[in-house]
Amino acid sequence: MSRSEGWAASGLAMSGSATTTDPASAPGAEHLRQLSPEAQVRLMAKQIRLSILEQSARAGVGHIGSGLSVADIVAALYARVLRVDGLADPERDRFVLSKGHAALALYAAFALRGWIGREQLDTYCGDDSLLGVHPERDLPGVDFSTGSLGHGLAMAAGAALAARLQGSHRRVYVLLSDAECNEGSLWESVMFAAHHRLGNLTAVIDLNGQQALGKTEAVLDLAPMAARWSEFGWDAVEANGHDPFELLSALQGGTGTRPRVVVARTTFGKGVSYMEGQLRWHYWPMSPEQYSQALEEVTEAP
Amino acid sequence: MRGAFVRTLSELARADHRVVLLTGDLGFTVVEPFADEFPDRFFNVGVAEQNMVGLATGLAEAGFLPFCYSIATFAVLRPYEFIRNGPIAQQLPVRIVGVGGGFEYGSAGFTHYGLEDLGVLRMQPGITVVAPADAGQAAAALRATFDLPGPVYFRIGKDEKSVVAGLEARFRLGRAELVRSGRDVAVISVGAATVEAAAAVSELESAGVDAALSVVSTLNPAPVEDLLDLLEEVPAAVTVEGHYVTGGLGSLVAEVIAEHRVDCRLVRCGVRQLPHGTTGSTAFMQERHGLTAGAIASAAQEATRKALSPST
Repeated sequence: MSRSEGWAASGLAMSGSATTTDPASAPGAEHLRQLSPEAQVRLMAKQIRLSILEQSARAGVGHIGSGLSVADIVAALYARVLRVDGLADPERDRFVLSKGHAALALYAAFALRGWIGREQLDTYCGDDSLLGVHPERDLPGVDFSTGSLGHGLAMAAGAALAARLQGSHRRVYVLLSDAECNEGSLWESVMFAAHHRLGNLTAVIDLNGQQALGKTEAVLDLAPMAARWSEFGWDAVEANGHDPFELLSALQGGTGTRPRVVVARTTFGKGVSYMEGQLRWHYWPMSPEQYSQALEEVTEAP
Repeated sequence: MRGAFVRTLSELARADHRVVLLTGDLGFTVVEPFADEFPDRFFNVGVAEQNMVGLATGLAEAGFLPFCYSIATFAVLRPYEFIRNGPIAQQLPVRIVGVGGGFEYGSAGFTHYGLEDLGVLRMQPGITVVAPADAGQAAAALRATFDLPGPVYFRIGKDEKSVVAGLEARFRLGRAELVRSGRDVAVISVGAATVEAAAAVSELESAGVDAALSVVSTLNPAPVEDLLDLLEEVPAAVTVEGHYVTGGLGSLVAEVIAEHRVDCRLVRCGVRQLPHGTTGSTAFMQERHGLTAGAIASAAQEATRKALSPST
C-alpha cells in the first residue's frame, strides 16, 4: 500500500455528517485516487477544518485556532506522508502531536482515515470519552500521549532511535508549536537528535506566532527559527504551512543523515476570517452566529 | 550496590536484546562494563535528564527496556513530570535508576541528597518503587522486576560492601522481609539506611530490648499485609529512612496504622530539618539527622516508653 492509498481506500468516513457535508456529494475512494496528492491534502484539510468547527461548536470548547492552524499539516501527514498499514503494526511510522492541544485536528484525521467512527468523534470533550482536548495513547492511533509542552520531541527522538536500533525503515514525525520552543527540555532533544544524526526523524513547527498570552515575538522571540535549528545541526527548511505542495515536498524530502525540521509558516485560526491571528480563539467557543459564518467561510474556500 | 546492579543488568542484557542503558553523564567506574560489552545499547545522553526519560519512553513504546541512570535526585526530580506523563501515564516499561539516596553524597551537599525521591514516586499510581538494602537484594530486585510491563524506579545505594545479616538477598515484590522477629518494638527500614537500622537492632538486643527488623524494599505496591502482621504484634515501631520523614516509609507506616486502627506507637527516624548550610561526610550528616545506629536505638526506646504511657 502506498502512502496515499490508506486514506483514499478508506474514503471520507465523515461524509455522513449532517451539518458539514452532503453525503451525496462526498468524494468516494475512486474519486480520491484520481486527485493529485496536493488536491487530496486540500480536500482532507477542508474536512478537518469543518470537523474542528463542528465538534468545537457541539462540545462548546475552545482551542479552535490551534486546530485550524495545523489542519493542512495534519492533512498532509495523514493523507500522503505517514505510512500506517495497521494501528498495531510495529513497522508503522510514528507520529507525536507534541502540541497536544490541537488534538481535535488529529481526531478529525483519524475519522477521515476510518480509524474512529462518527459516533466516537461525537464524544469529543464529553464525559467518559477517550477524546479529550489532549490526546491519550489509550486511543488506537495515538502513538504517544501529549499535552505538556516540551515533551514530545524527546519521545519522538526515542522512537527514531528505536527504529534505527531495530534496523527499521519506519520514520517518526513530530508536530511542535513555535511557543513550545520556549521549553528548555525541547533543546535537549534538539541536541541529541542532531548529535546522533537521526535522519529518520522529521519535526514540523507550526509557526503561527501566537502563544497563550500574546505574540511569540513579544513573549520570547525565537526568530529566525530555522536558523536556530540549523545551527544545532538540523536540516532546516521553511514552507508555507497552508500550501499542500510546499508541505509535501518539505515533509517528503530530507538528507537521510540529519534530522529534518520543517518550519511551517501558518496563520492562527486559518480559514475563518474573524479568528485569524486573534488570541481569544485559543480559548473561547463560538456563538451560533459565529459558527454559521465559520462554516460558510470554510465550505466556500477553494 | 550500584556495581552489583549494573553487573546483573549486563547479565540480563546478554540474554535479552531489549535492554538499553542510558545515562545522564554519570556512573564513572560503574557503567563502563556495560558500555564496553554493549556499545550499541549504551547511550550517554549528556547532562539532560528530561530528554533521557523522554527518549526512554520512545524506546519503550517500540519494545525496548530502557534503564535511565543518574544520581537519585537528578534521576527523579528534574524529569519528574516526564516520568509522570511518559512511562507512568502511558504504562511503558521504562526503568529509572537513582543512585545514592539520603546523605550518600555527603560533602557534595544539599543539591546531591536524595530526600524525597521515594515520596514523590510512591504517590504516583502505576510505577513500582523499589529501594534495596544491600547489593544482594539489589540484584534480586532487578531480576524480580525485570519483566514488569510498567515503569520501575530503583533507588540504589553507593555502598558495595555492607551486607544486611539475615536478609540473604531475599526480595519479593510488594512484600516486606522480616529479618528478625521481636516483641518489644519493630524497626522498619528501607534502602541503604537498613545497615544502620540492623546495627540499632543489635544495640537494642544488648540492652535487653527484643526488637524486630523488617526491611521494606518495595514502597509501591506497599506491603500492607506484611506491615499489619508486624505492627499488630508490637506496642511500638520505628521507621528508618534516608529521606524526609514525610512522604516515604514513615508516612506509609503511619497510613497503615491509621487506616487499620492498629494500636502501635510510631516514631519516624529520617530527615526533619532542611539540611542546608552545613555539609560533611555521610556519617556526619546521618549523625546530625538522627540516622545512626545509636540514634535509631534511642528512638526505639523512646517509642516503647511512649507506648507504655499513652498520654505522652
